Amino acid sequence: MTDLTVMITRCVRRSLRDPEAFFTSLLLPVILMLLFVYVFGGAMSATATSTSEYANYVVPGLIVLCAGFGAGTTAVAVATDMSSGIVDRFRSMPIRSWSVLAGHIAASLARNLLATALVIGVGLAVGWHPSASPAHWLAAIALITAFILAMSWFAAMGGLLAGGPEAANSVTFVIMFLPYLSSAFVPARTMTPVLRPIAANQPFTPVIETMRGLWMGRTSVGASVGHEALLAVIYCAAILAISAAAASYLFRHRTAA
Amino acid sequence: MTYTVKVDGIVKSFGGSRRVLDGVDLAVEGGAIFALLGPNGAGKTTLVRILATLLKPDAGTATIAGHDLRTDPAGVRRSISLTGQYAAVDDVLTGRENLVMMARLLRLPAKAARERAAELLSAFDLEDAADKRVKTYSGGMRRRLDLAVGMIARPPLIFLDEPTTGLDPRGRNQVWDVVRGLTRDGVTVLLTTQYLEEADRLADTVAVLHQGRIIAQGTPAQLKAGHGGASLDEVFLALTEPGYEPGYEPGYQPGYEGASR
Repeated sequence: MTDLTVMITRCVRRSLRDPEAFFTSLLLPVILMLLFVYVFGGAMSATATSTSEYANYVVPGLIVLCAGFGAGTTAVAVATDMSSGIVDRFRSMPIRSWSVLAGHIAASLARNLLATALVIGVGLAVGWHPSASPAHWLAAIALITAFILAMSWFAAMGGLLAGGPEAANSVTFVIMFLPYLSSAFVPARTMTPVLRPIAANQPFTPVIETMRGLWMGRTSVGASVGHEALLAVIYCAAILAISAAAASYLFRHRTAA
Repeated sequence: MTYTVKVDGIVKSFGGSRRVLDGVDLAVEGGAIFALLGPNGAGKTTLVRILATLLKPDAGTATIAGHDLRTDPAGVRRSISLTGQYAAVDDVLTGRENLVMMARLLRLPAKAARERAAELLSAFDLEDAADKRVKTYSGGMRRRLDLAVGMIARPPLIFLDEPTTGLDPRGRNQVWDVVRGLTRDGVTVLLTTQYLEEADRLADTVAVLHQGRIIAQGTPAQLKAGHGGASLDEVFLALTEPGYEPGYEPGYQPGYEGASR
């Protein structure tokens, strides 16, 4: 346990002392929220009965997008670590090597739960009215936690595969742009036919729809919350298992130059 | 005679044909500074990484502080510390935080870890910078912190891979002083270097690694005498000259036996 505690402390300190990255991961979600609600929201709500309707539609999607983006920055953190000599030192010490990665994952979880809380707060301030019961809130928080974990491991794997911090940045961007091709901002059925099946079936969509179902009482795709939640949990578990196994393997077999 | 490091016939190739190490034999006595001297690409770093359990050899054996490299890598890891060419410290943390972190990873309780960190900061002359981030350190300070981290667990053997590469003369002198200080406490030091002056000034025994083999070994004085050079530079140039075949020279004996004659 000591290994893990020490590694978590290390990665949390690293997060806190990188003010640029830290504020980007907090500010970007807030800016996106304001952009979508106040800039695009008017046009999006033109067909809706009230102006807050789009806020109610988009905020659950934005919460998931921001969690994904924040978790994606783990790729850069891991790649930066791998390009310095410290990982070799860790590996030549009698410690559990997976704890090095687990430290990054834990720091990412802490960072992104904080960012998620902030996004939820801003969402409520711009007119989002969730109708969820406390039990639904708990379920939503549990799912977002699982999602952040899965995405953090996925990003860690990406960071290990990438040659260096710059290449790892592109992993972050992939994770950041995937939600645009989901039901986050507009329903999949409104997209061009080629994109519809992609948007309807990619992992972000069931996660976002489960959030919608839990917070707003119903999903936007017509399926039941339970159905979407089952899909979301399967997606998260699969991404988590595969990425964690691959990342641990890559970590053991790859060292700094 | 028991040796702290005993290496027999280590072979390592990368990507098929290129043999980086072609049967290396070494014996390092306890409490001494042993320099592995060689030009860039001679395989020094590869050998150190193998002895530090970071790479597996294709063939050959080694015993490190009584632990067999193949059957007891965990025992080897407990007996050594490795300081690589790239300072293996966390830039974002302070010097003290780095030391406490590593001490905790080595199973020291929190209080003991803080005390050991304070001791080492003082021993390596880093007290003034203890609570500054490593990012702000000079090259010499980073290497000293790196060495301090390596000494937390008081390992009997430390590997220093090119400890002064990239340092200015001041930083280099500081590192030399620290390395000499280590052997006063009975620590064995195996360092690699491409600087002849460093081997000459610092090492008790020098082994020359060239094209994956040890082509000469002895004290700096023995090497100079045996090869008729006034300085290690001349010896080194003679040994690594293209076309030179080890063993053709009268009076030369390959391997560490040569050193004890």
